[in-house]
Amino acid sequence: MQVPILKQGPYLIASIQSALSDADLLELRDAIVQQVGTYRSRGVIVDVTALDVMDSFATRTLRDITFMIRLRGAETVIVGIQPDVAFTMVQLGLKLEGVPTALDLEEGIAFLNKKGTSPGKEANSRGR
Amino acid sequence: MNQETRTTFGTSHQMTQPTAELLRQLVAHLRQNRTQLREEWARRITEAKLLTAMTKDEIFAEATSVYDNYVEALETGTFEALQAYARNLSERIIPRGVETHEVVGIVLLLRDVLARSLFAKYQNDFALLNRILDAYEPAANRIANTVAVGFVQERERVIREQQEAIRVLSTPVLQVRERLLILPIIGVIDPQRARQLTEQLLRGIRTNRAKVVVIDITGVPVMDANVANNLVQTVEATRLLGATVIITGLSPEIAQTLVTIGVDLGKMNTVGDLQGGIEEAERLLGYKVVPSGETVDHA
Repeated sequence: MQVPILKQGPYLIASIQSALSDADLLELRDAIVQQVGTYRSRGVIVDVTALDVMDSFATRTLRDITFMIRLRGAETVIVGIQPDVAFTMVQLGLKLEGVPTALDLEEGIAFLNKKGTSPGKEANSRGR
Repeated sequence: MNQETRTTFGTSHQMTQPTAELLRQLVAHLRQNRTQLREEWARRITEAKLLTAMTKDEIFAEATSVYDNYVEALETGTFEALQAYARNLSERIIPRGVETHEVVGIVLLLRDVLARSLFAKYQNDFALLNRILDAYEPAANRIANTVAVGFVQERERVIREQQEAIRVLSTPVLQVRERLLILPIIGVIDPQRARQLTEQLLRGIRTNRAKVVVIDITGVPVMDANVANNLVQTVEATRLLGATVIITGLSPEIAQTLVTIGVDLGKMNTVGDLQGGIEEAERLLGYKVVPSGETVDHA
């Protein structure tokens, strides 16, 4: 199952539509890291609204994506984590530290816009 | 239950006199000496400093009904009436702070008072006394058991009800401004409640599209490592939904405890009181509250 990566202005939006295998996740990671350079994007939004489980591998991959993208000079935000998923994640100790999160796509875009206008100021990330 | 009771009475002794006959004799004796034994019992209760929450008259009134129920249970071998009475009694005395040991104590006292009166009556015929006691003991034990268990069950029921009440009262998630929620926590947080709180909060964030949440813990009396941990988890889960948590109302005691036990709340945003928390939240959200009449400074 391939994840579509859409270019929207200066941002890339990867919308995960169904449960992904580990291989799919790695493929997604490679594709995003590749495309962020190709399109010279300023930000990446990974939408996980459709996911109703998030295991340690998925969490780590999302974290890796964020850090890799950051090294490529752009910012990532994970959007749409479901309440139940969030609760399970913290119980399992999967905290996505250092990874910005937002409620939904709209919020994610607002977050990236804000980052773009005031560089160096992190609105909602752990790194404060 | 009755059947079991009857078998106990029936099979324990195939002596010259059937147990039923002995019991009848016993009951007759207890009826005959009702006044005196009752008074003796009430006196012993006061002496032992039991039921201190009740007045002398109340003790005597209760003693009378317990006595009559006791004799009736001995006579009929059925415990339903006694059980119902025990439940009713417990309902009345639990709110007055009567303890389990007191209830067990008075029932054991009655058992003792009655046994002594039997000793006195049958002291000349040791064999008969023995048989009477054989008939009396199992029934008396059972009665003591019934009353004590009834009391404890009633207590547990009260406790369960109160827990349920606390759970239902639990905690509302309130929206005070667009995108700003308040979660005032009152009372002790146990793991179950922490879980419920977190779930409610996360759902509230999603439905209200909240960006900032103020958790006020002024009403939380104590906090240990577990509770602190639960709180940290709540904050982390909230962040995963893209919201920021501000914790307010940490009392001096709680602050001391947390530092002493070494819980790291450093990653958490804490503000002294609820007012400060709301102001901080407004700042994060870009609100500015200005008294009416003054102009808003757009600078």
